[in-house]
Amino acid sequence: MLNRLVVAAALAAIASSPAAADIKIGFVTTLTTPAAVIGRDMRDAVELALEHIGGRMGPETVEVIYGDDEFNAQKGKQATERLILRDDVDLVAGYIWSNVLLASAPVVLSAGKILISANAGPAPLAGRRCHENFFNISWQNDQTPMALGELLNQEGIRSLYIVAPNYVAGQNMVAGVERVFTGEVVGKDMTVWPSQRDWSAELSKIKAAGPEGVFMFYPGPAGPAFVKQYQQAGLIETIPLFSVYTFDSISLPLFQEAGIEAVLGGKMTQFWAPDMQNEQNRKFVTAFQTKYGRYPSFYAAQSYDSMFFIKSAVEAVGGNVQDVDGMRAALRKAEFPSVRGKFRMGSNHFPVQNFYERTVVVDADGNWTTSAGPVVLEDHQDPYAGQCEMGG
Amino acid sequence: MKSQLTPAHAVSALLIALCAAVPYLASALDEPFYVIVFARIMIWAIAAISLNLIMGFGGMISFGHAVYLGIGGYAVGILAFHDITSAWIQLPAAIGLCALVALVFGVICLRTRGIYFIMITLALAQMVFFLSVSAERYGSDDGLNILWRSDFGSGIVDLEDGAVMYYTIFAVLMGCLFLQWRMVVSRFGMVLRASQSNETRVQAVGIPTYRYRLAAFVIAGVMCGLAGFLQANLERFVSPDMMNWHRSGELILMTVLGGTATLFGPLVGAVVFLLLSEMLSTITIHWHLLFGPFLILVVLFARGGVMGLLGSRTTRD
Amino acid sequence: MDYVLLIEQLLNGFQLGIILFLMAAGLTLVFGIMDLVNLAHGSLFMIGAFVGGTLTLVTDSLVLGAVLMVPAMFAIGVLVETIALRTLYRRSHLDQVLATFGLILFFNEATRLIWGPEGLAVPLPDFLEGTVALGAGITYPLYRVVIIVIGLLVALGLYLLVARTRFGMLVRAGASNREMAGALGVNIPVLFSLVFGIGAVLAGLAGLIITPITQAAIGMGEDVLILAFVVIVIGGIGSVRGAFVAALLTGIIDTMGRSFLDVVLLLFLPPNAAESAGPALSSMLIYILMAGILFFRPQGLFPPRGATAAP
Repeated sequence: MLNRLVVAAALAAIASSPAAADIKIGFVTTLTTPAAVIGRDMRDAVELALEHIGGRMGPETVEVIYGDDEFNAQKGKQATERLILRDDVDLVAGYIWSNVLLASAPVVLSAGKILISANAGPAPLAGRRCHENFFNISWQNDQTPMALGELLNQEGIRSLYIVAPNYVAGQNMVAGVERVFTGEVVGKDMTVWPSQRDWSAELSKIKAAGPEGVFMFYPGPAGPAFVKQYQQAGLIETIPLFSVYTFDSISLPLFQEAGIEAVLGGKMTQFWAPDMQNEQNRKFVTAFQTKYGRYPSFYAAQSYDSMFFIKSAVEAVGGNVQDVDGMRAALRKAEFPSVRGKFRMGSNHFPVQNFYERTVVVDADGNWTTSAGPVVLEDHQDPYAGQCEMGG
Repeated sequence: MKSQLTPAHAVSALLIALCAAVPYLASALDEPFYVIVFARIMIWAIAAISLNLIMGFGGMISFGHAVYLGIGGYAVGILAFHDITSAWIQLPAAIGLCALVALVFGVICLRTRGIYFIMITLALAQMVFFLSVSAERYGSDDGLNILWRSDFGSGIVDLEDGAVMYYTIFAVLMGCLFLQWRMVVSRFGMVLRASQSNETRVQAVGIPTYRYRLAAFVIAGVMCGLAGFLQANLERFVSPDMMNWHRSGELILMTVLGGTATLFGPLVGAVVFLLLSEMLSTITIHWHLLFGPFLILVVLFARGGVMGLLGSRTTRD
Repeated sequence: MDYVLLIEQLLNGFQLGIILFLMAAGLTLVFGIMDLVNLAHGSLFMIGAFVGGTLTLVTDSLVLGAVLMVPAMFAIGVLVETIALRTLYRRSHLDQVLATFGLILFFNEATRLIWGPEGLAVPLPDFLEGTVALGAGITYPLYRVVIIVIGLLVALGLYLLVARTRFGMLVRAGASNREMAGALGVNIPVLFSLVFGIGAVLAGLAGLIITPITQAAIGMGEDVLILAFVVIVIGGIGSVRGAFVAALLTGIIDTMGRSFLDVVLLLFLPPNAAESAGPALSSMLIYILMAGILFFRPQGLFPPRGATAAP
């Protein structure tokens, strides 16, 4: 009898030992298609974070398995299924795109595992469809443009023209600005995404409308293309261009190479900038620059954060990642060194945090980068948190 | 249809046996992931069979066939969004809508032939695609999550049960294969094939080929809509991407890869196409570098697709 | 309505049409003469952008880059034709679709390996920056004017080549009756290689010319390819004249739709409905155009004389 028990216990130990000694994190991002530039930045940041934590979270060794969403919701969902069902990961993080996240979230959550978005923050997951095991480490989609709307008010812009892609994140960005902006929106174009890369018609309309400011949102390489055309149309000197997410370390080298000096001094809003003064951020930015020879983007910053976020939870449960309740409780506290400084997790598991003015500047070495300015929105919580009734 | 037993037959039989056995094999090997992979493959096979009906046997190359996947899927998604989960409403809605759309599209398309037919089917499908993209209420680009699968209101066909879902797809696939075979060997199929090679002559005998071709077009639309219905249920998710022209292109590729105008070509094509992309993509993210030349080699050296390679002659001969 | 805006939008549509024409001209010739459905024509657009862009960066001159790109693209075109496509002429359209789709995958991935996922940005030289005044209060980006001029010159050159030279005669003969041209002793393989090479140069030129505006990206040719197919089908396959008219028509209608459709819809619909229907309808517009034209003219606007219905 005793023998049997011992054998059974030994077998159980053997069977469970790979999982206990080895935490597997799935990380879904875009590794192919032109959007892979973003995925590369995120992956580089995750690898850097693993290096900085010595490949360990608490007593456990960590492995990150990457999934490629191919910039497509179905493929992203399949990549997630692969991670959950075949690679048997313990939790899943990543996700650039709102639609990929929305399609993939049920796969992770129905498996009872924790899901951490390192970028996408669609409204449903912040509101009606919030979930106790879902966390966002970046921002809700509406927040950054709301901050921008506030910035526009502060800058005294009274008439605004809006250009954005006709997909959900684009619609969210526009809704966010319109929610806060008190002036008049004199024109709005929602363009075909992602195929439209030439905005001649929209630029002519902007010129004819003659607004005091233009708000545009185009993620990835489409943003620089828009700005170039904005300049070629002779608008950049006459009508200030405001944006969110467009001027970043992915696009600024391209602007610098193309010599579009007009973007210098351009203003936007964000929760983070490479020059934010805290120890974690200095370590991150310096190491990223040393290792990869470029500034990290905000995508990279969030991905770097996500690993430390997970680490804080794994350490809280002593490495027993099967303890989802314990992990969740720790994640809610958000007690980890974030590159953005201190913030707290809201009731819907989205950050409540500051949003700063951010300006395009030239650094000491002559490279173009962005610099954090004054706080535009303080301790800001997204507008959907009230709709969230947590309970699984 | 009476031909000798070729390797193609053996492979087809083996594939069907494999599809039937996947849930058991997967649980025996502790690889639950492959159940979903094969369920997905079978749904694409159903869609490819429906395309093969008009493209392989009728010479009507539709470059917008995935539109019916989308319509069938959205019938489930939109009704479920309004809390109507009964399959007895969703299924007739999917079928009826696909039949109606296929009828209207068919009337417009069948005036043209060749590349013009290809492009007009694309154009019509694109219109529905952009309609779905702009349907903000139904998630536009983000698509719709489906919380509950279609409810047949019986304990036997409970799609929430993974195994039942799988074998429902399997049963529909078998049904479509059977239907395809019955159609092809019937008078209907003969007229269809004859009108592909020489329409004038068939018309001269007094057969109204237009009506036959239109009927085939509608049947194919409905069959593909059924695949859409199943896909929405399997994935619990619909999005405009289901009817993106890339998907229509992939359907053509699968069918051609397997072997057009053969009974099992679409199934074989779907298996090879999806399994190979699944396997290659896990080896390297640069897998297209291998997959592209593979497709070219199939065309150059295997006339009539994989089935041709295996010695199956098209039923046209 | 403001006439300045209207004229500017016409110019925008014209410029889009020019790009589409450069793509469609090669596509329609290859299709009309060789009966080859070449999906990889979009890849040639992309390769032109990357190769031409690299040549521009190396020589530090867009003009020099464009000039050097011409022989490079011609060579690439002839190479692709000889190695991969020549054996496909006698195959069905479906086989051609499968094989040329394979080529697309290969070219996209090869481009990613060589140039990286971020694509390529080509700066506009200083003398092409800025806007020009066209009179009557209309100012227009100089570079877009240059695109229009180059496109018109190419169209003129192509017209003279096809209508006035012996080579053009053979091309026209090939487009309306391939077998007959072969029977009359035309060296078909050489003719095909030349036509394909010219098509590759035109597609590459379109790709390079648009790159200072949009940047070069992997897969950039695929959406343009679909539009180019729309154009050649509207214009009538094998007809360069048809491609020209259809390209301008498509470019202008697409641009006009994006510019004014929401305003027009506001006349009929409440603002909310107009705002959501506008983008959808304007994206559909060219497909509605094509479906409408094909409904009334199943072989497009300018079917080449003597051509039989496509098989």
